[in-house]
Amino acid sequence: MLKILKYSFYDLMRSRWSYVYFAFYLLLGVVLLFLNNDLSKAVITLMNVIIVLVPLIGTIFGVMYYYNSKEFTELLLAQPLKRSSIFLGQYLGVAISLSMSLILGLGIPFVFYGLFMSNAIWDFSLLLITGTFLTFIFTALAFNIALSNENRIKGFGYAILLWLFLAIIYDGIFLMSLIIFEDYPLDKLSLVGTMLNPIDLSRTLILLKLDISALLGYTGAVFKQFFGTSLGLIISFAALTLWVVLPVLRITMKAKKKDF
Amino acid sequence: MSNVWSKTITVCSTCTVQTIHEALQQAREGDTIFVKKGIYKEANLKIDKSITLIGEGLPTIDGEAQGEIITVGADNVTIDGFRIINVGVSYTTDYAAVRVVNSNGFVIQNLELEKLFFGIYLQKSNHGKVLNNKVQGEAVTEFNSGNAVHLWYCKNVEVRGNDVRNVRDGIYLEFSDDITITDNFSKNNVRYGLHFMFSNNNQVINNVFETNGAGIALMFSKVMEVRNNVITKNWGTAAYGLLLKEVNDVNLINNKFIENTVGITVEGSNRLVYSNNDFTSNGYAIRVKGACYENEIINNNFLYNSFDISYNGKINDNKFESNFWSNYTGYDLDKDGIGDVPYRPVKLFSYIVNRTPETIILLRSLFIDLIDFSEKVSPVFTPDDLMDENPRMKRIDHDRNKGFI
Amino acid sequence: MIEIKDLYKKFGKNEVLSGLNLEIGDGGIFAVLGPNGSGKTTLIKCLLGMVIPNKGAISVLGENIKNGSDYRHQIDYLPQIANFPNNLKVKELITMIKDLRGNVNLDKELISLFKLDPFLDKKLGNLSGGTKQKVNLVLTFMFDSPLVILDEPTSGLDPISLLRLKKLIQAEKAKGKTILITSHIMSFVEEISDEIVFLLEGKIYFKGTITELKNKTNQPDFEHAIASILTDNHA
Repeated sequence: MLKILKYSFYDLMRSRWSYVYFAFYLLLGVVLLFLNNDLSKAVITLMNVIIVLVPLIGTIFGVMYYYNSKEFTELLLAQPLKRSSIFLGQYLGVAISLSMSLILGLGIPFVFYGLFMSNAIWDFSLLLITGTFLTFIFTALAFNIALSNENRIKGFGYAILLWLFLAIIYDGIFLMSLIIFEDYPLDKLSLVGTMLNPIDLSRTLILLKLDISALLGYTGAVFKQFFGTSLGLIISFAALTLWVVLPVLRITMKAKKKDF
Repeated sequence: MSNVWSKTITVCSTCTVQTIHEALQQAREGDTIFVKKGIYKEANLKIDKSITLIGEGLPTIDGEAQGEIITVGADNVTIDGFRIINVGVSYTTDYAAVRVVNSNGFVIQNLELEKLFFGIYLQKSNHGKVLNNKVQGEAVTEFNSGNAVHLWYCKNVEVRGNDVRNVRDGIYLEFSDDITITDNFSKNNVRYGLHFMFSNNNQVINNVFETNGAGIALMFSKVMEVRNNVITKNWGTAAYGLLLKEVNDVNLINNKFIENTVGITVEGSNRLVYSNNDFTSNGYAIRVKGACYENEIINNNFLYNSFDISYNGKINDNKFESNFWSNYTGYDLDKDGIGDVPYRPVKLFSYIVNRTPETIILLRSLFIDLIDFSEKVSPVFTPDDLMDENPRMKRIDHDRNKGFI
Repeated sequence: MIEIKDLYKKFGKNEVLSGLNLEIGDGGIFAVLGPNGSGKTTLIKCLLGMVIPNKGAISVLGENIKNGSDYRHQIDYLPQIANFPNNLKVKELITMIKDLRGNVNLDKELISLFKLDPFLDKKLGNLSGGTKQKVNLVLTFMFDSPLVILDEPTSGLDPISLLRLKKLIQAEKAKGKTILITSHIMSFVEEISDEIVFLLEGKIYFKGTITELKNKTNQPDFEHAIASILTDNHA
């Protein structure tokens, strides 16, 4: 698996897309810092961008890579290699190279701006960790979609739909259901609702850091326990990990049964 | 009034006078009593003469929960330098460590109060000073705890440099006018750091309020000056940095509100000026709950608050002007330092959260940003005239900011 | 060498292999033929473990292929469409495959045989179809395994390279290898193969030498023999 990972990673590191992605983040970081003149504010803006954009790029890129390297995959399949290591290797190659672009692209301008001397460093690290998690999650979801759909137009369609759903539609439905059921105790429901969507989950992690004052204004005991203690942080990270592990498991399962 | 005939009485375990009670009995107008280091188990000490009671090396007066410890009923009494512990707790009588009743010209200073019910209780007493005392309570609930410094029908009192913690209200004023409250530190109090009821013409300057149930509550009062205070980390369901309820003519200048669930909650209050304050990382910077007229919110910094303003009802004639809003996304083409498009500090989402609090979990999600954006473009729910016409492009550099975060 | 028992494979409702039995001994060149959709590629992919059968057992060199991927060390496979990662150079691809499968030295010989030296530093994305096919051939033959599977090996090759390929295949056969070939070029099949395996509707319709096939169909030449099978069965 490590060998496949290595080659997929090198392959991607040389592809134009990684540079585009890297350059995009570099530009984003520089522009935000230039416009805001303020690390804390740039981090907040960045967070808004990251929880939406990273999943989008992760899904699209994951699906694209899978379809583009299909013949190469078939070449590998004929070699004495385990299927799971071929797909996991490719998955990790994509996820790691995307995460690298993210971390370096954003990290470099912020470091030059004096991140290490600032107290925004924890917020920023949390941002990068969350971004990395999202990359891993959505690349895995993309591989799942691509593995299940031979037709690449369909695959791309589902990938975009998935993103649209998790980034926007889910929250719309979530909000409506909270308003409709407002007469009932909602704090457990709302926390569960958050766990079920990795984008909401990462958003919550960042809220814990940036908006704790607002979050603590609410009555529910469950809320209070969740946000007021480190429990929230621990559960969120555990759920994010689960969100990586489950789709990856499905990749290996699906890969074992699939015909090429 | 000490005069040439005044004498000094010394109290210690080996002296001829061994109790404070005895010394008080012997003392006459204008005398000074020195109490040496040691533990004095005494309660219900009545001071009915103008004397000066001084502790040397912080002697302890242990009331053994018998009730009130010192009661002052004469003018010009000074109490200085004692550690006073174990005030009795009662649900019918407000026992205090030191009570001053109907007396003028008192000075209460350098006391350390522990295990108390009420700390320093001033009752119909004027022209006095409460300085540099330390009060450390053990309050858990509002019902069985008292206040550290309590003023009832007092005038012209200076409350300065006190450190009040873990009681019900750090400093409490009722029907008290012309009181100056400066340089105090109020922390971890169950209800309020500072509480005003029906008290006018008071000044609150340079105090720090931290992690109280709520920082300052100003209620049913008028003509106040609140300046240079730091109000921070008041977290919880009903928590706010500053509560303004039915108050008029208050100037709030140069204060810092940091990381409170709500920076300021204001209700039924008129002619208030909020200027040069910093609102940093609060849940809400200001919540306006209605029936407020002629409030002016000018030249403040609103930094990284989850919500800047929440507003019920009409804008009335309140004014938001020339503030810096970190959430402002406008531009300044003519480079005059003022944004070219107005800023609307009220988000639609704050209405939703008011209605269904649990929706707070959707804060900063793309969906919420979208509905907030559409509301911004064409306001339906939020008052369309509530805006800052001249939002600043750069954060205001108050003098106080230098050297702070 | 290869033993296939009762092999079934469905894609959706479409049954591609329906109870196929096949035994292929050691040594010799076997051409797998059949009309479009008869299951040639599926059969080969089943052998390689790329398609997972619904039913039936396959063993290669006595080892059931379900037991792992190691049996593929014994197989050299030439895929039909050679599509490699475009960012890699030819040299890097060869090194990579060697890295994945184990080191060999035959590659240099094969590279000079197909005159690939000038292309070693070029990226695969920039190569013509024929050159890619040559690279494909190098990758296949360099491991010197006892079983060789060639899916349309002639596609895109110029006449000289085709000659070299034929020689190469014969040489491999001389080493005692078993070679499985699919091709649409009947002359190529006729020239090179020892035995024909003819698939029809998911089963083996015929297995034997070309002469046997001609006798069976009463046709004078190979192409007509094949054609007659098809017309007979479709009539």
